Amino acid sequence: MRSPSHDLRDNAVVTTAPSEVEESDVDERVLADVPWVTVVWNDPVNLMSYVAYVFRTYFGYSEAKADKLMMAVHEEGRAAVSNGSREAMERDVQAMHSYGLWATLQKADAS
Amino acid sequence: MTSGFTRARRRGVHARFDVAEASLIVSLAGQVIELLRDGVPDPQVTGAGEDPLDELVGMSGPVTRPEDPVLRRLLPDGYSDEPGSEDANAEFRRFTERGLRDDKVANAEAVIASLQVAGADAAAEDDPVDVELDQAGVQAWLRCLTDLRLAIGTRLGVADGDESHWESLPDDDQAKAMHDVYDWLGFLQESLVRSLR
Repeated sequence: MRSPSHDLRDNAVVTTAPSEVEESDVDERVLADVPWVTVVWNDPVNLMSYVAYVFRTYFGYSEAKADKLMMAVHEEGRAAVSNGSREAMERDVQAMHSYGLWATLQKADAS
Repeated sequence: MTSGFTRARRRGVHARFDVAEASLIVSLAGQVIELLRDGVPDPQVTGAGEDPLDELVGMSGPVTRPEDPVLRRLLPDGYSDEPGSEDANAEFRRFTERGLRDDKVANAEAVIASLQVAGADAAAEDDPVDVELDQAGVQAWLRCLTDLRLAIGTRLGVADGDESHWESLPDDDQAKAMHDVYDWLGFLQESLVRSLR
């Protein structure tokens, strides 16, 4: 049986260092340290007050930080709202989807 | 006409709807449930069945985006549309979409139940429908109102700054009527978010 994190890690290995994968057992601890970010995208539907509410309640951000991120989403079209391991960012993206926010994860350097 | 949600005296939040408003929400929530249930892909295209144990522990699910734009918005990709993201998106969807669908259905069912408990079915036309929500109820309503607006907004094709377009439509236009409902759901949600401060 394959677990989700294992599947996804496989993919991360392939996209980050294809040549090394074939030659050696890649140190997964090193690869797991590659930072990822959760990006929330602007959409025309969600209320600004609700988006800020989600940032306060799910991430535990202060009102000032939540409002700043919400405005960044609104005005710049997107904002990185959290960062961490790939697994943690997948959880955050899942949570954002359950709130109805449009979110994706990506490698931090790609943003 | 409801004045939206307010913080109740002791705990939780409260809203008073008239019967027509309550019935409208029940109907819309029911449609979203139907959409989420009907849109579940066939096992043949979900990658299910490859491993019976995966199936047993709920680790199999759809791997492709829904075709319906509303479902695509309710169940979005986990990875942005960059080259090479296809596999990651398929895996993300395989492990999360089913649970997300179930959560959204459960929220909509909870909203319907709270309206029915308050008498949405049985009330006479002039009777108020008083909804009181605990914390779990608040979460279900917040998320369900979002899903209803996402569904209607996607169907209508709403965009940022398009208010004048909707206002310019004749009063008997069906899309305008639906946009009024969309705005009203937004008012409800705004009142609910405010009641939590």
